[in-house]
Amino acid sequence: MELEQLNLFPRAALSVSDLTQYLRTLLESDDLLQDVWVQGEISNLSRPTSGHIYFTLKDEYAALRCVIWRAQAQRLRVALQNGLAVEAHGYISLYERDGQYQLYVDALRLAGEGALFQEFLRLKARLEAEGLFEPARKRPIPAFPRRIGLVTSPTGAALQDMLNIIRQRYPLVEVVLAPVSVQGDEAAGEVVRAIADLNRRAQPSVIIVARGGGSLEDLWAFNDERVVRAIAASQAPVITGIGHETDFTLADFAADLRAPTPSAAAMAATPDGMELRHKVRQLERRLASALEARVQDEMHRLVLLRQQLERLSPLRRVREDRQRLDYLSTWAAHHIISGLHLRRLRLESLDARLESLNPRAVLARGYAILQRPDGQVVQWVAQAQCGETLHAHLADGYLVTRVESLHPHSTSPADGGSHDGDLESRGITHL
Amino acid sequence: MTETWKAVESLTYEEAYAELEQLVQRLEAGQQPLDEAIRLFERGQALIRHCQALLDQAELRVRELDRSLNAEAEEPPEEVAF
Repeated sequence: MELEQLNLFPRAALSVSDLTQYLRTLLESDDLLQDVWVQGEISNLSRPTSGHIYFTLKDEYAALRCVIWRAQAQRLRVALQNGLAVEAHGYISLYERDGQYQLYVDALRLAGEGALFQEFLRLKARLEAEGLFEPARKRPIPAFPRRIGLVTSPTGAALQDMLNIIRQRYPLVEVVLAPVSVQGDEAAGEVVRAIADLNRRAQPSVIIVARGGGSLEDLWAFNDERVVRAIAASQAPVITGIGHETDFTLADFAADLRAPTPSAAAMAATPDGMELRHKVRQLERRLASALEARVQDEMHRLVLLRQQLERLSPLRRVREDRQRLDYLSTWAAHHIISGLHLRRLRLESLDARLESLNPRAVLARGYAILQRPDGQVVQWVAQAQCGETLHAHLADGYLVTRVESLHPHSTSPADGGSHDGDLESRGITHL
Repeated sequence: MTETWKAVESLTYEEAYAELEQLVQRLEAGQQPLDEAIRLFERGQALIRHCQALLDQAELRVRELDRSLNAEAEEPPEEVAF
């Protein structure tokens, strides 16, 4: 009791307004509370004529008052009803008059997966079942477009990117731009009309539907059923280039060709000018060599004909006779000349053989021939006698010699004396 | 069998290129008399010059489709610079 009494007086009391103001400031200065997703079930849904929407989000243990102001309420894609599980995004603040804190909702989606994605999947399944995405429906993109219809924002970077690529690759083409908004409520309708108008009034070879990157919500127009159907119904084949590589819209599935970006779509719609030049140069070479081959052919044929003609010509006989004559005279001259030459060769060979048989030639190499005065040649030691006088014939004359003694080798003359051989056997002795 | 040809200048790139391709194939097959072959060759050269000129001289034309639904369909859209 005493404590309570004491505590009544140290500080002055705050007014309700002051306290409420203070609490509100606290709530609004908290980062989490100013940007928060809350999941719960809708109850006490109220839609007064003001256009604002009031409801309570609740779960098993707690409840949270929520407000959606009219401006946001008009953009809602989810049909709200009591009992619907949703995720609401917004900020927490205090409604001072009731002393009630509440969530001021600026975005709302179905609980679990995002509402857009669910809607996307449902529509995709439905259109797929209808056969709008069948590969068999896809038409080929013409290799040489005469006119390209562009369905895109006239102010976006995507348009400039595409024009640059088309100008660089294939400036022969004509571009017809059908300007559209590429996001917001108007977008889908404008895209549908642009595709129809282009087909009707420009008869393009191909249509590109393009948009630069953005959030799933930004690209939402390209998931619109009307857009999908317009693409599928287009007379000219349609290439889509929507968002980035990873973005897939239903328009992409319906298109004859899906390019990952606007630039890629422009490339897919045009042939490469460099490649075209290269191909023309190749054809130029083939053209030249085809004619060259043709002319070569003619020349060859001409040569064959001339040869045939020459074979049949009377001149040919004359020429052949002259040729034969030439041959004969050459042949005769050859034989006369070679006969003389042969004889000379034979003579020379005989002369050489004769010379080799000349005993004087042997004496010139240092041998001597012994002869008795009666002319008998002394071949063997046994033919000579001591004291006998012999003539030793040398290259330039002869000496008169006397036999002092006889010294036969151990080998007998009958054995042939093979090592001195022929010279001794002809009575020639090396002195 | 002398065929009549369209004036080269009146051909689009696509037409000129297709004719050129076909003409080269015919000349390569070599079935025609020589004077015909020479005619084909000269036509081919003209087509090549035309294709190259088209590629060299082309300037991208960009025009805008009139946004108004009431616009005369026959009226050619105006050229605009981008």
